[in-house]
Amino acid sequence: MLLLTCPNCGLSVEETELAPGGQAHLKRFGPESTDEQFEEYMFLRDNAKGVHFERWRHAYGCGKWFFAARDTSSLQVYGTYCAQTTEPPADILALIAKGRSA
Amino acid sequence: MRRFSAFAIAREALRNHEGWGRTWARRPPGKRYDVIIVGAGGHGLATAYYLGKNHGITNVAILEKGWLGGGNTGRNTTIIRSNYLQDPSAAIYEKARSLYEGLSQELNYNIMFSPRGVIMLAQTHHEVRGYKRTAHANSLQGVTTEWIGPQRVKQLCPIMNIEGPRYPVLGGLWQARGGTARHDAVAWGYARACTDMGMDIIQKCEVTGIAQSGGKVTGVQTTQGDIACGKLGLVTAGHSGVLAQMAGFRLPLESVALQALVSEPIKPCMDVVVMANTVHGYMSQSDKGEMVIGGGTDGYNNYTQRGSFQHIEETLRALVETFPMISRLKMLRQWGGIVDVTGDRSPILSKTPVDGLFVNCGWGTGGFKAIPGSGWGMAELMAKGHSPLTAAFGMERFREGRFIDESVAAGVAH
Repeated sequence: MLLLTCPNCGLSVEETELAPGGQAHLKRFGPESTDEQFEEYMFLRDNAKGVHFERWRHAYGCGKWFFAARDTSSLQVYGTYCAQTTEPPADILALIAKGRSA
Repeated sequence: MRRFSAFAIAREALRNHEGWGRTWARRPPGKRYDVIIVGAGGHGLATAYYLGKNHGITNVAILEKGWLGGGNTGRNTTIIRSNYLQDPSAAIYEKARSLYEGLSQELNYNIMFSPRGVIMLAQTHHEVRGYKRTAHANSLQGVTTEWIGPQRVKQLCPIMNIEGPRYPVLGGLWQARGGTARHDAVAWGYARACTDMGMDIIQKCEVTGIAQSGGKVTGVQTTQGDIACGKLGLVTAGHSGVLAQMAGFRLPLESVALQALVSEPIKPCMDVVVMANTVHGYMSQSDKGEMVIGGGTDGYNNYTQRGSFQHIEETLRALVETFPMISRLKMLRQWGGIVDVTGDRSPILSKTPVDGLFVNCGWGTGGFKAIPGSGWGMAELMAKGHSPLTAAFGMERFREGRFIDESVAAGVAH
């Protein structure tokens, strides 16, 4: 079973306590956006085989969103981080480069 | 190709069955093909077959990373039905279902199509309204389905507990012409027919790159060398996103794990397929006597062909309530496959930004039933550039807001 550490409340929780929220760091282009930009935000996904940055919500816990870096081909979790960011933090990227989990 | 017949069986019985030969040929890849299909599962092989049969294109190679039919074609629960809500879906799934009816004869290969009937249970009042609407839509589309009450459900499937208590059976959407088929045989039968037309099926040949020149596809790089082609069809289900990335575009898909399991074999107890979408489980009995059980997908991206244990527990918990007699059954095997799910739960059969490159993907949790229709439409699309069967399934529909919304109609498992 997938175990993730919620960065908001610090608990290591099983996936049954979590709600998956799809790819992280999507950019919403706002009211003046073109059809292409809206399609990119709404539908197009990296669907990466390998490192995937994704959103999770600690639904049956603190209820807050957070982000996780996980490998979709090995199920290795590199780490989780705060959702109030537009890109993965440097320490997570360093762990991914080394192939280590947090 | 040696035809199968009663005479052939008698002849081979007299000479120790030494004359059957291989079902499909194994040849090294050639230098160039008119059409290359990536993915030798049901959809890829059916596409190749109808390219040859309907359009006379036989200089075709089908490349497969693993072994033939070893992906989702060998991992599904073999259900065939066409009771979809939207017109484009009903058209392509009904085409597939009607082709399945004659497929054993056409391929001269027994795919064991068993039109035993499919019931989709309504266990909430919302579902009752939804399935009545689907039954009306189906009668306009020329798909024979009917709304049946709980007593008729009980009559068709006596092992079912229709009383509830939590989710009583309020009726069902019954498609008498739906059923099951032997999934491996569908792939093997198409492969045999493709070989017979002179096509090359190349296994253990993983595509590692897609060659383009001036916005047009020119070939593929593979683990068995470079192969040139005129047109390229990507029919790779869960790995469609990976191949699209090689070609330089993205698809509106996400790949997730879907699991199924079978019980120990028991005596015949159920001669229909039952799907219960509210509680997330479906079940049929195979010819060997095993109860074949499927459930819902995981919610997160995954390429490992392994799923989360709690979904098996959820599925079985739900089915035990509706089928109390299975509570003491032992489960024999469990497995997972990677399904590619789109936003509207409908497939993508489409041209792409790359000239000469076509995709057939997004069948999500319900691709097996569509194999002949999907191959028929995809072959026409690749040969002529347009097919009435696939016209509504273009990948631009997401940008243009023309969804074929089956997420309400088919909901979860299908």
